[in-house]
Amino acid sequence: MHPAISVIFFTVTSGAGFGMMFVLGLGLPVHQGAWTTILSCGLALGLAVAGLLSSTFHLGHPERAWRAFSQWKSSWLSREGVLAVLTLVVFGLYALIWLASGERLASLGYLSSFLAALTVFATAMIYAQLKTVPNWHSKLTPLTYLGFALASGFLLAALFISTSRIGGVHVAALAAIFVAAAWLFKFIWWRRADNVGFSETGSNAGTATGLGHLGDVKLLESPHSSDNYLTKEMVHQIGRKHGAKLRFIAVICGVVVPVFLCTLAIFSGLIVLPLLVAVFSMFIGLFCERWLFFAQAKHAVSLFY
Amino acid sequence: MTQLPTQTDKKLGLVIDLDICVGCHACVVNCKEWNTSGYGAPLGDTNAYDADPLGSWLNRIHTYEVTPQETPAYDNPSSTGASPSHQCGSGDSLAQLVHFPKSCLHCEDAPCVTVCPTGASMKRSEDGIVLVEEDKCIGCGLCAWSCPYGAREMDPMENVMKKCTLCVDRIYNDNLPEIDRTPACVRTCPANARHFGDFADPNSDVSIMVKERGGMDLMPEMDTKPVNKYLPPRAKVKTSDGLEIAAEQSKSEMKADGFLGWLDKALEKMG
Repeated sequence: MHPAISVIFFTVTSGAGFGMMFVLGLGLPVHQGAWTTILSCGLALGLAVAGLLSSTFHLGHPERAWRAFSQWKSSWLSREGVLAVLTLVVFGLYALIWLASGERLASLGYLSSFLAALTVFATAMIYAQLKTVPNWHSKLTPLTYLGFALASGFLLAALFISTSRIGGVHVAALAAIFVAAAWLFKFIWWRRADNVGFSETGSNAGTATGLGHLGDVKLLESPHSSDNYLTKEMVHQIGRKHGAKLRFIAVICGVVVPVFLCTLAIFSGLIVLPLLVAVFSMFIGLFCERWLFFAQAKHAVSLFY
Repeated sequence: MTQLPTQTDKKLGLVIDLDICVGCHACVVNCKEWNTSGYGAPLGDTNAYDADPLGSWLNRIHTYEVTPQETPAYDNPSSTGASPSHQCGSGDSLAQLVHFPKSCLHCEDAPCVTVCPTGASMKRSEDGIVLVEEDKCIGCGLCAWSCPYGAREMDPMENVMKKCTLCVDRIYNDNLPEIDRTPACVRTCPANARHFGDFADPNSDVSIMVKERGGMDLMPEMDTKPVNKYLPPRAKVKTSDGLEIAAEQSKSEMKADGFLGWLDKALEKMG
């Protein structure tokens, strides 16, 4: 599949933003004071909004985007839009009350956490629902999206933390656990994805055309003399070229460096600086991971070519 | 509304005969011709007369080479001493060329309809035609991703999703002579490889054709329940004098009646 930069940016940043809302809504202890509230909630809302705005760049007619709120009964994309706006409103209210009164309403916080998790789930289901892309069509897809949202959101929220321990566990240790768990899901996802390709399941031009019983089916003449929308969008190949290298970079920046920096934070006593670097590193890792999520996914229509 | 109707009164669709299609692309061209000035926005092209033309088309023809597994398509002639033409299959099976027209299959469980966030993509309850209401389309492309057949293409000029309408503006059009009230691709096919009809009626021409010729669904594993059906090519064999003919034709006895029949029988009796 064509890895559109707008969609990669959208899924990574809005995931982190909603992950942050999830963590803050659950009542992560952060420093007192209006500035912390403004910065932490602002960052969470800003990331989510930036991601959502970026996703509209992917549209042919962004001015009609409001129509996408109408089909929540059947469409995951519509559900995602509705849930995202609901989450932004509820969490925005939570942040405003927090800012005005200094008090964090637990009920409103829990509600925004719940909605934030649902939003990320809906985002993942846009891809996981597609039977045409076997790599994505799995329950593991929402699991990896939720894992990455929690890990990146927690790392970001931990920059504002007022205590070094939550429930007796060091904050950096918790961050490392979330990061490692998310990538563990991703490793399982990759393992599955590498084994559900069309060649592994015996699908080819013969099964696609229904002519396989007559012999080996090979495309002799393409229906078009140059690329068309289908080949550009769904038979995209260039992005796969550096798959192994990008996967290596994703793992180093996404999990190895952040976990190392978290460990450093535990033993050095510093929290904010190592975690700040870990966040940047993880974002680079996630952008590579998301690029591959699209670029390495093969679509059923490629069988006809 | 992007929820699918539980049932449609009619199931309008096409039968495509892979045995007959000669790959002339007339249906492709006539489809573009009719639909660029019919339903919705025109079918756009970019660089139409340049090196890399790109445009939206609702019907396209792939051409496949099908080689029976037991005989390689092409052996090295020098090693066997035979000319390549004699090696294109042997015995009962021959390599063959199959032209494969592909347009929207108007699926009963159309995933392209349910994924649409705006309600632009829909399946009509009266006749089962899958359509895009283009003024509601935001051009997100998710419907094209959900279609295993590549039946939907984003228009490069209008940025809305285009797809086969089954020529909805022809088939009910009282301004056209009755003979023309059929999809443009069907009307124009010089070989009669495409047929239009109602699959909900078991006695319609298309239903009978599907029954008699073993009409098949494309990619049944995708659970889309396509309405359009494909008739597989008939098996072909090579006669002793090197002609390729349909297998069933080679098995049928030559029949003659009238004077020739009498002569045939009389000569048989002479021994």
